[in-house]
Amino acid sequence: MLGEGILKGLAETAKNFAGSFVSKERMTTVEYPEERLPLPEASRNFPFLVYDGSDWQAGLRCVACQICEKECPPKCIYIEKSKDKKPDYVGKLQIYPTKFDIDISVCMSCQICVEVCPFEAIKMNNEFELATDNRFGGLLLDRKELAKSNEYYHQIHPTEAAEVDARLAAEKAKAEAKAKAAADAAAAKAAGAPAPATPTRVAKPSEGERKS
Amino acid sequence: MIDRLDQIFVLLKHWLVGYLPGEWQAAAGVVVSVVVIIGLYPALFALTTVLERKGVGRIQNRLGPNRVGPYGILQPMADGIKSLTKEDIVPRSADAVVHFLAPIVLVVTVFMGFAVLPMGRNMVLVDMDAGLLFYFAMGASTELSVFMAGWSSRNKYSLLGAMRAVAQMISYEVALLLSSVVVVMATGSLSLVKIVEAQNHYTWGLPHWYIFTPWGLAGFLMYAIAATAETNRSPFDLPEGESELVAGYHTEYSGFKFALFFLGEYVAMFSISGLGSTLFLGGWSAPLAFLTWVPSWIWFFGKLLVSMCVFIWLRGTLPRLRQDQLMNFAWKFVLPMCLLNLFVVALWRFIGDGWLRWLVCSAILVLAYVGIGWEGMSRKRLGARSYRYAD
Amino acid sequence: MNSLDVKTERVEGWNRPPVIETDGEGELLEVAMGPHHPSTHGVFRMDLALDGERVVRLKPVFGYLHRNHEQIAETVSYLAMMPYTDRLDYICSLTNNWAYALAVEKLVGQEVPERAEYLRVILAELTRAQNHASTIGFLLQEMGASGTPLMYAFREREKILDLFESLTGSRMMCNYMRFGGCRVDASPAWLDAARKVVAALPAFVDEFERFLSGNEIVMARCQGVGILRPDLAVNAGVTGPMLRASGVNYDIRKVDHYGIYDRFRFRVPLGDHGDIYDRYMVRVLEIRESIGILEQALKDIPNGPVMDPKAKIRGFRPKPGEAYGRIEAPKGELGFYLISDGTPNPYRYRVRPPSLINLTVLEDMCLGSNVADVVLIFGSVDIVLGEVDR
Repeated sequence: MLGEGILKGLAETAKNFAGSFVSKERMTTVEYPEERLPLPEASRNFPFLVYDGSDWQAGLRCVACQICEKECPPKCIYIEKSKDKKPDYVGKLQIYPTKFDIDISVCMSCQICVEVCPFEAIKMNNEFELATDNRFGGLLLDRKELAKSNEYYHQIHPTEAAEVDARLAAEKAKAEAKAKAAADAAAAKAAGAPAPATPTRVAKPSEGERKS
Repeated sequence: MIDRLDQIFVLLKHWLVGYLPGEWQAAAGVVVSVVVIIGLYPALFALTTVLERKGVGRIQNRLGPNRVGPYGILQPMADGIKSLTKEDIVPRSADAVVHFLAPIVLVVTVFMGFAVLPMGRNMVLVDMDAGLLFYFAMGASTELSVFMAGWSSRNKYSLLGAMRAVAQMISYEVALLLSSVVVVMATGSLSLVKIVEAQNHYTWGLPHWYIFTPWGLAGFLMYAIAATAETNRSPFDLPEGESELVAGYHTEYSGFKFALFFLGEYVAMFSISGLGSTLFLGGWSAPLAFLTWVPSWIWFFGKLLVSMCVFIWLRGTLPRLRQDQLMNFAWKFVLPMCLLNLFVVALWRFIGDGWLRWLVCSAILVLAYVGIGWEGMSRKRLGARSYRYAD
Repeated sequence: MNSLDVKTERVEGWNRPPVIETDGEGELLEVAMGPHHPSTHGVFRMDLALDGERVVRLKPVFGYLHRNHEQIAETVSYLAMMPYTDRLDYICSLTNNWAYALAVEKLVGQEVPERAEYLRVILAELTRAQNHASTIGFLLQEMGASGTPLMYAFREREKILDLFESLTGSRMMCNYMRFGGCRVDASPAWLDAARKVVAALPAFVDEFERFLSGNEIVMARCQGVGILRPDLAVNAGVTGPMLRASGVNYDIRKVDHYGIYDRFRFRVPLGDHGDIYDRYMVRVLEIRESIGILEQALKDIPNGPVMDPKAKIRGFRPKPGEAYGRIEAPKGELGFYLISDGTPNPYRYRVRPPSLINLTVLEDMCLGSNVADVVLIFGSVDIVLGEVDR
């Protein structure tokens, strides 16, 4: 009332001033770029494509189903399908994208493409130091720049990557078990009656599970 | 030995001037002192800008500038180079002569005030008998430069800002003067050297600084408030406030002229703090009797530094007052208190030595402070409130 | 009682802006404040007519940040609009998400599991705390306190944003709620971190209050300035802390009983004068109430799924109909009105932005005050241009 509010404020500031020399709580500056804060595991920035193995073209999980292109809110993904097919991680022949561009100057980092992808092919990267001085296309990432290995995915999102790997391994095992059972049945049938066997339809492993 | 350390600058000056023939020595002595002052205070200004930015930064839980030089010490050099290399824009319709002269007038009058400040024992440039009067004459001239700046810009908003600034500075100039008059009444002289020497005595180890008397404490507080308002520092920095519509009297200045305004403001801060410590805090005298071996100029500049820190502290804490509230505060609180203080100091001398005068004077001042403060706040129905809740 | 216990009699001629008498000498000074101004809350312009220092007329001009939010909704699916709602009131993205999710869940009659409801409440109250802290910080910054209270508010806000990042992946554009629950579950480690942050919040609010509530300069500048009468507030549709500071008891958490707010004990602070100081204090007290809700929610949160397993993500095609879902966002009543015609995209999508509706009374509050006060009054309305312009 008579100036003591001001004095209390001055005392508070003095406390903060003194505290800034001794406690971390009162000096929260992180001197970037010499010091960096570790990013939490869940943090997301722009998408990338996952490939298994060491050859990014052979191991690319994406099958150009274009679901992410349709669901993307700002429509920043451009996909072109291939004419031929290549085998995927369970050996089934799938088409692959010849062109997969993401315009990261448009991308909202909303992660919807990751949520809707049925093949665990596109995941969120957390790299943010992407500034470039190439004005005309420096921020249009193509297939090669987007493809990163599964080991990289394990590095940046370990828990998520472990879950994805477990799920894919389980699907693969189920598909193999089904294939084995079908092959056994076919062999038993062939052994029983030499009839022209219509090849039993091998169940597509990716059809079995739909992510919710 | 200690005496020589105390008088080291005086001895240096005599030695330098000794190389010249006799009749030129006095003039040369003055020139040497002037050169030292003109070199020293801008250097202190540079140091203070870094101190301010780092101080306010630490108050806000962040580091201040620390990239240029170790701990950011060379930041003022970077700022100086920046302001020197900026384009000097003068508006076409502006009055070019006045526009050019305004920062110069500011800087010159502000430096003139240092002529009478005693910065140490025997270290005053000109020992005038009416030193305080000279100082205030120079200080009032700074307001002229503010108005020149606003007028010459031919810009409606700068003019409004300049008028507000001048109104503020004139109101608080009255308060400044009145709060210094009590010191003159107590000492009996307008000479700053005599004022310091009157405070340079010790009783039981404590000094006779005027701030340790009731009227001195009140006078010092009023002087501090008026000094903050004179130099347009927070919480009275509406004329140069950034988030206001009117941008202030130095809107149309760029480059080095703007830096000169900035320099003028800070050097005015030094000068007014120097005067304040001379009048109330004993100038170059030591705080305790057994510390008189420390050179006197160290005490003077130490008190200056402490005043700077208090200015910076106030700036980092307090929001600013609105213009009309500022003027109300000057005329309805500070001025009556100063007038009452005059009466109190007369009473002090009248009652004579002893504990009675302490009691009477303190009682009068405390009652007045509480009375005016309460009345001011309650008339506008300001106060702490309580809030109700609904479930 | 949760009803509007205010007599709303018809005030004669209230819908014409009142005229301030000028003394007739000299002309009015017409000034445009903005769209770039230093005390910025975004790009916003105010055309002022000044008589000396007093404001005689004020016309707000906005639309500088219009991004066709509602038009975009007609071309993309319901799920794809969720990240766009983050960007409406970009400081409080989680409450925007919740309001939209509530509207869609009303449209299709979707149930939400209990753990998801608790998580929604926790995140909404954290959002409210950080929004009020930064609003108060900005208000004091405009008063000229050279950024100190702002830095303290942001120091606490950083802790809350770190929590958001470790749960949702992003500090501000969270995109976390889905129709039928939340996107990912919160781990026990996250809940512990949240408890720690909530435990440290009361000390910060105390420090903030001590710093500024008793400060005479703050009182002199804020008390009695920018008064909003309760009947005008109700008639203009003002909601949120601005309405409660004028004394009207209307909090949608208590009126609509949405979510599981009925399970928590909290009070609604009300002001008596309707000036800037009351709005500031009501926000401080609301932070304290939010801390109470957070403590209760973090204690009682049950285990379980966070997403209704029957909810569809892709191919979401609601039946034709309409719904209006609203929540008590930190700035007021945020509502989403949806009309669906059976296709995957909404037919009409309308946002009721609290900031815009609260701005309509700006002129009435500012008439007769000084220019310096206009800046403060504007700051106390607490707007975000992303919401005003959409």
